[in-house]
Amino acid sequence: MTTTVASVTEGTDAPYALSHLDALESEAVHIFREVAGEFERPVILFSGGKDSIVMLHLALKAFAPAPVPFTLLHVDTGHNFPEVLDYRDRTVARHGLRLHVASVQEYIDAGKLRERPDGTRNPLQTVPLTERIQAERFDAVFGGGRRDEEKARAKERVFSLRDEFSQWDPRRQRPELWNLYNGRHAAGEHVRVFPLSNWTELDVWQYIAREGIELPEIYFAHEREVFARAGMWLTAGDWGGPKEHEHVETRLVRYRTVGDMSCTGAVDSDATTLDAVIAEIAASRLTERGATRADDKMSEAAMEDRKREGYF
Amino acid sequence: MTSTTEPYAEFAERLATTTLLRFATAGSVDDGKSTLVGRLLHDSKSVLTDQLEAVERVSLSRGQDTPDLALLTDGLRAEREQGITIDVAYRYFATPRRRFILADTPGHVQYTRNMVTGASTAELAVVLVDARNGVVEQTRRHAAVAALLRVPHVVLAVNKMDLVGYAEPVFTAIAEEFTAYAASLGVPEITAIPISALAGDNVVEPSAHMDWYDGLTVLEHLETVPASHDLAHCPARFPVQYVIRPQSASHPDYRGYAGQISSGVLRVGEAVTVLPSGRTSVIEGIDALGESVDIAWAPQSVTLRLADDVDVSRGDLIAPSGQLPPSTQDVEATVCHVADRPLTVGQRVLLKHTTRTVKAIVKDIPSRLTLDDLSQHPAPGQLVANDIGRVRIRTAEPLALDPYAESRRTGSFLLIDPADGTTLSAGMAGDAFAEGAGAAAVPADEEGWDF
Repeated sequence: MTTTVASVTEGTDAPYALSHLDALESEAVHIFREVAGEFERPVILFSGGKDSIVMLHLALKAFAPAPVPFTLLHVDTGHNFPEVLDYRDRTVARHGLRLHVASVQEYIDAGKLRERPDGTRNPLQTVPLTERIQAERFDAVFGGGRRDEEKARAKERVFSLRDEFSQWDPRRQRPELWNLYNGRHAAGEHVRVFPLSNWTELDVWQYIAREGIELPEIYFAHEREVFARAGMWLTAGDWGGPKEHEHVETRLVRYRTVGDMSCTGAVDSDATTLDAVIAEIAASRLTERGATRADDKMSEAAMEDRKREGYF
Repeated sequence: MTSTTEPYAEFAERLATTTLLRFATAGSVDDGKSTLVGRLLHDSKSVLTDQLEAVERVSLSRGQDTPDLALLTDGLRAEREQGITIDVAYRYFATPRRRFILADTPGHVQYTRNMVTGASTAELAVVLVDARNGVVEQTRRHAAVAALLRVPHVVLAVNKMDLVGYAEPVFTAIAEEFTAYAASLGVPEITAIPISALAGDNVVEPSAHMDWYDGLTVLEHLETVPASHDLAHCPARFPVQYVIRPQSASHPDYRGYAGQISSGVLRVGEAVTVLPSGRTSVIEGIDALGESVDIAWAPQSVTLRLADDVDVSRGDLIAPSGQLPPSTQDVEATVCHVADRPLTVGQRVLLKHTTRTVKAIVKDIPSRLTLDDLSQHPAPGQLVANDIGRVRIRTAEPLALDPYAESRRTGSFLLIDPADGTTLSAGMAGDAFAEGAGAAAVPADEEGWDF
């Protein structure tokens, strides 16, 4: 039973419709330009992972033919994949960008952070990140977080105000209406900005394929020495694995996410091309984080708790 | 979700032509909203194994025998502790035909601001009613918010049909009552669907229990309803976000105005006027994210180049010279107050309209609206959280403001507290409900809603 009361123009999906990728791209570009127009010292968090790579690509398109009016910031856990660091440095050089690096290892060496018994450095990123934000007086910090990743992130705003301690209070968020983003903040506060909020993992991959964006090779299937821990394939290395009872084997794997080697697992895969990766993700019955992130399994609210402290 | 056997090329082609639909759900927990959302996600295979396992694990640890699907959508500690949804959450799912962004908004009356937030970007709203209760106050509230925010399509989902014996007359009576009410508020299109979210009737799969219903299921309707239909057919509006001037060796003279077309179509060669200055020029070029094009339309993000060297900066609005929006410093609008501290007469605020933020003062709050019966209460003096009311605002500079009825983008604004940046109110310029709305359906003992 349909009642059309006034005239609704039918069939207007063509020719004035955008594909969903164009709509998401247009929205993300709008967000980048809003930040450029309203903030003094924005920075893009850049890890060399696919989400931050897509962010940088969007920023390049948003301001072309002018250069990206932002610097980059990488929080180096000290346990990053060498291929990813190499990709990071090549990208920075190619686009003439400026990169800040905040180092977890330096904090540990200086006694300001202590290694966790489980060897995971992901939660340790928060302190170097937030201290660097304060030291550089960044007022807008772009992150590649997506709301489809995790249920605490489903509650995240596109513009997310953080206090002078970089804390997130999910109960005191500004309502976000239409595409009117409110970036007002006091001195010392900053705004986390998530241009990919409305993208899903599959959107990111489709966009990478459509735009022909280069990625670090660990996203594609390759033979690698790994060992099993907590139901995941971890890369053997100086960071702390394998332990005596853990057995190293060579497997054909790839990564769905790129993070700290101590908590980012590989998945068995023979997908060596973008097309194959997209087909594999579309058929997967596991979320990206469920498949490959140990730190999200620590408690039911692990992500929410870390985000409250200043994590992305 | 696709099957693993589908050839990649076909898959990629189909994905490239899928469109995006943003919609919102409204309805209290008792109406089965969580169940409907859970079923849409589950039956469209958008809930993945590890998410279901997490829900099962937590449900078991609390002594529940069956998985509580509400845990899929309640993301925060406080929500799980209290068993309620306290804030808008966004959900994502896809079918072969379309990608969906669902604004999942809590239905309690004290969260009107959340439904307003969800509806502000929605092209469609699903209003749930319990078939046993029919149209109740809460239903009227949801219809009123959808009408106020000018959501183009409203779906009435008459739920729990299994509990009324799948009886057609029950559905028809509710559908007719709701349609008359929503139409009187100016909702342009209303689709009523009899469902059982719990049993799965007419949500994703057609019901085997209601032969008398020959319409679409909820998901089929979501897949086929026109998306963003209202944008390209309105007068063109281009709020300038940022001026791109590389001043580099390869682009010494490039000067482009970056922005997102908020409505309408722009073409190279078109005569345009820049507001508020009133200077005129011609569109010399349109750069659509790296590609030079002759034509662009909402909601594309593009960069315009003008033929003349006119002064244009962030906050200006470019529009076709023959179709300019009215310019005003006296804004008459309806606002939904979203902050915990009140909005008062005489208050100094900032007003954010498109890419322009100006100083403003609240001159008057002539009335406050009660959503239950749409009655108006004159001169309330202030608006508190979740209140909807009429305001008169004087701005320090003129705004190129369309009526919200004509453009949800250039007719909307935020009121912001200049002291700490808190978002105070969501504003919609012009009349509250569509023209001619109200007269037919206002019961005699109510004062009317064209407040």
